[in-house]
Amino acid sequence: MIKFDNVSKRYPSSDEILKNVSFEIDTGELVYVTGHSGAGKSTLLKLIAALERPTSGTVLINNQNVSKLKAAAVPYLRRKFGLVFQDHKLLYDRNCFENVALPLYINGVTGNEAAKRVRAALDKVGLLHKEKAMPITLSGGEQQRLAIARAVVSRPAILIADEPTGNLDAQYASDIMRIFDAFGHVGVTVIIATHDLNSIQANKKILQLQHGCLSTINTELAQQLRSTTNSETISTTHSTTTLSL
Amino acid sequence: MKNWLNQHIQAIHIVLHKMRINLMSTLLICLVMGVTLCLPGLLYIVVSNLNDMAGAVKAEPQISVFLKLDASSTQIAAIDEELAQHAGVLSRRFVSRTEAWQELKAKSPITEGLNENPLPDAYFVQPKDVSPTAVDALKAEFQSYPGVELAQIDATWLKRLHALLGICEKAILILSAILGFAIIAIIGNTIRLQIVTQREEIEVSKLIGATDRFIRRPFLYAGTVYGVGGGIAALILINIIVSLFNFSITDFAKLYASDYKLSLLPLNIQLLLILFALSLGLLGSWLAVNQTMKKFNA
Repeated sequence: MIKFDNVSKRYPSSDEILKNVSFEIDTGELVYVTGHSGAGKSTLLKLIAALERPTSGTVLINNQNVSKLKAAAVPYLRRKFGLVFQDHKLLYDRNCFENVALPLYINGVTGNEAAKRVRAALDKVGLLHKEKAMPITLSGGEQQRLAIARAVVSRPAILIADEPTGNLDAQYASDIMRIFDAFGHVGVTVIIATHDLNSIQANKKILQLQHGCLSTINTELAQQLRSTTNSETISTTHSTTTLSL
Repeated sequence: MKNWLNQHIQAIHIVLHKMRINLMSTLLICLVMGVTLCLPGLLYIVVSNLNDMAGAVKAEPQISVFLKLDASSTQIAAIDEELAQHAGVLSRRFVSRTEAWQELKAKSPITEGLNENPLPDAYFVQPKDVSPTAVDALKAEFQSYPGVELAQIDATWLKRLHALLGICEKAILILSAILGFAIIAIIGNTIRLQIVTQREEIEVSKLIGATDRFIRRPFLYAGTVYGVGGGIAALILINIIVSLFNFSITDFAKLYASDYKLSLLPLNIQLLLILFALSLGLLGSWLAVNQTMKKFNA
């Protein structure tokens, strides 16, 4: 479904953000992208979602070479993805319903059909009762869930989330991870970038980035990382809390 | 096809919804366009009414054909024959040089010092078609006959009036063009500001797969709606102004026992005005969208 072959990415006047990255993601997989901040997680996700083009190497999505795609075809490729951005990118001049409806409007779905699907998406993230609320009145976790509702409303085959639990406390974070899990169970390919190793589930594929290089692609690593960080977290709970404050 | 139609209906919905929210500014933009467009419209009414008046005046231009003093009688007979059979000639009147001389002597003392008759034989021709070009052509033709010294159009004032009205028509065109540019600038700037205030929405839409066309469409429709609104505003203004004038003009015309009044714009010109405003609106928004969208290439 998604295949990276020797992909490098460099922005004008910057070092290489990604260096010779190669991997494959199958349909229906749930994959985590981890690494310290600045390791290139966001850039990797942008390349997958065709928001950026690689400097070299090939990115294949459903056997389509993104680098060779005409500019006019890019929007149609992007519609295959549901994107949850690090900074939500919600529109604060309209209510929750209108925010979630935006991808449907872009796809030309309007009227009752759109309303039905918007409510279904809001229901999935537990915000059905807030459809008339303005996003600014929502809590951080609710805004994140609203962003997820917008990402899934057009039933994308691939769901991509960049630090979806970034600024949330543990309770909200696990709520949100459960939502992603549920999508994974119904055959949606889910790709989540996170630095929060606690939220990583066992037996899932992990792409770990280090200074732009893919250091490990591992499923067992998940368990290892999880057990080590768990013990670390337990011992340093106090300090982490103060730090995050 | 249904999807395509849906997208357009949706864009119009969005535009009308936004205009309803910003009703006051929408009406003001239409009013600005209306005022701008009503200037050439009013000028057109004035000129077309003058034109009608000029057409109504029975000017009956006459062509005087003066023969050469030494024209032979056969030449005169040939000219007479020619004029009699000419399709463009309504009537002709021959005044011989002796007749003219008698007439002149009776009327004016200017002849006293003259011993000899200096006047030529002459024909006075009434053309069928009184339009300036037709009369001109006729004059040139008469001039070329052998034995003709000079063919001359009387009532040249009519020609001058027509020339003046021609200049006015050109002035209307130039004024319309200049004001057209002003309208393109007004609409372009309005749309550009709208694009800038909706920058966030545009960027997010692009990230989640909106095509450029999807993003442009509402702005192009907005420009078109402003154009049509401006055209309608202009027509309303023109009709109000002309009706106000007509009150005074009918009073004035009564003094001359006439029921004259200014006629309004004919329907086809009204439609043309709206169409003109519509295209200006579309053009203005198209330019603004093209210019501004270049900055948002996500």
